[in-house]
Amino acid sequence: MLVFLIRRIAQSAIVVAIMSVLVFAGIFAIGNPIDVLISPEADEVERAAAIARLGLDRPMYEQFLSFAGNALSGDLGTSFVHGTPAVRLVLERFPATLELALFAMLIAVLIGIPLGIWAGLRPNSAAGRTIMAGSILGFSLPTFWVGMLLIMTFAVWLGWLPASGRGQTVDLFGIPFSFLTADGLKHMILPALNLALFKISLVIRLARAGTREVALQDYVRFARAKGLSPVRIVGVHILKNIMIPVVTVLGLEFGSVIAFSVVTESVFSWPGMGKLLIDSILLLDRPVVVAYLLVTVLLFIVINLVVDVLYSLLDPRIRLGSAKA
Amino acid sequence: MTVATPAPAPKVQTPLKRFLVEFIDSPVAVLGLILLVLVVSAALFAPWIAPQDPYDLSKLDIMSGMLPPGSADMDGNIFWLGSDEQGRDILSAILYGLRTSLLVGFSSTAMALAIGLVVGMIAAYAGGSIDAAIMRLVDIQLSFPAILIALILLAVLGKGVDKVIVALTAVQWAYYARTVRSAALVERRKEYVEAAQCLALPKSRVVLRHLLPNCLPPLIVVATVQVAHAITLEATLSFLGVGVPVTQPSLGMLIASGFGFMLSGEFWLSVFPGLALLITIVSINLVGDQMRDVLNPRLQH
Repeated sequence: MLVFLIRRIAQSAIVVAIMSVLVFAGIFAIGNPIDVLISPEADEVERAAAIARLGLDRPMYEQFLSFAGNALSGDLGTSFVHGTPAVRLVLERFPATLELALFAMLIAVLIGIPLGIWAGLRPNSAAGRTIMAGSILGFSLPTFWVGMLLIMTFAVWLGWLPASGRGQTVDLFGIPFSFLTADGLKHMILPALNLALFKISLVIRLARAGTREVALQDYVRFARAKGLSPVRIVGVHILKNIMIPVVTVLGLEFGSVIAFSVVTESVFSWPGMGKLLIDSILLLDRPVVVAYLLVTVLLFIVINLVVDVLYSLLDPRIRLGSAKA
Repeated sequence: MTVATPAPAPKVQTPLKRFLVEFIDSPVAVLGLILLVLVVSAALFAPWIAPQDPYDLSKLDIMSGMLPPGSADMDGNIFWLGSDEQGRDILSAILYGLRTSLLVGFSSTAMALAIGLVVGMIAAYAGGSIDAAIMRLVDIQLSFPAILIALILLAVLGKGVDKVIVALTAVQWAYYARTVRSAALVERRKEYVEAAQCLALPKSRVVLRHLLPNCLPPLIVVATVQVAHAITLEATLSFLGVGVPVTQPSLGMLIASGFGFMLSGEFWLSVFPGLALLITIVSINLVGDQMRDVLNPRLQH
């Protein structure tokens, strides 16, 4: 276990190092931030001063070395646009994204599992077929388009729910959260549903496949023969056994929810780090893009590691030492 | 693969024929195929069937801007799907946008397929440390969501249809490399490969004529589904403003530019391009699903 952890962390460090070189080299070619950041009316002296202040006049390798050195101490530069440290900017936006992603996961489980079990118990019924057709549609629909339809239906036509922003937030440990206020929750329903759509389809499929398999097992037949109520059979005997694959896949998918929140946040103007990334790309705000990337890469590595470790704890048949890391 | 032999042996079924017979077994898949053919021909023949050239500014009349679907302008031209603020016919814009979307989807898939095929074959055939290095790279790439990688690449490369194709190729090749490698590893242990080697055929001939054709079926299945993925991804990237340029809009771009009007109730600007996108993706997925069932070796015989 320890050997596995050390090897994995060493590998992850190499990945981070390679990513940071690639990212820096790539972002350096993104275009000339000078043109964007300094007003065209500025005279030569002002221009030169601004370039020197941002460190854009130094050779590329020197910029990289100072970037790498600072990065190790958690300093990824200052945002050209906001004038605040880039890492802090990304981390400040992180709670909003995390809150949205967790809420979306919750929705995916709460909607997906009952529908999946239903479709699994009656695979050939009209309801079962409709649920499966719906899940295929959920895979096919582009996220951003569904988001727009949600806005059009629930915000523009029906006027039930707000279309953008986070609503009222409450500070918890000094971090603002939306889920603690009624207004914040109302703002969160549409974006979270949008983000959850793909995962709902996934959970339906997993739950359906699991239910069909488990329902034929001896212990379920035995429970039925014992005269247990259907509610108890489904709620205890089936549900418990289909949760293992669902939890595993959802854990693995958490990273992709964070990544896809880029789309949802842009549609719903949700002030998370995904929206920050898009805004920064469009404004050529190099340090923020780099900071977002490195924070996300770290997050992914941690998620993958945690899932691997949890997996081995849940299922002792999997040996981490021999597994390809 | 096999060439159809004319006449005396009537019972011989070529793989292609068997594939076709099994494919039309599912009415839903046939419907998907018909839709797909319609969509592709609509894109191919857009300049001839579109009511107007949406990017010829001299043809646009601002007086016929923002017309709702089905209404006619003063010259009697009917805008079946409405018009945008510049008087551009949405139907024509969709037909032209379809061209860009399909171009990006198909060409990036084809390029990724070619790269993945070569890399996967090398990995399977070379084995050892080369194989390990390639597969580790594939693993690392696949552990990050495609949209994130594409977004970053485009942030670096900038806008442009060619750049979107490059980014989507870079995102997709790993799937094919993995599929080809696993197929090739299975196939190369089979007897026909051994037989070909015993005949002292050159290695290149064994790989190209014997191994490669037998690795194709799983690859075709992955490729079909990936075309739909690539089209969705392109639309998403263009929606976010890092995809195709304004001068060559895809369906995603049309949806994005109509987004602002949606809040004031002018739904047709976004909804119809979205439906076109949806029909394209669903038809490809239906065809892909059936191909997977037909080509799956486990379900044969």
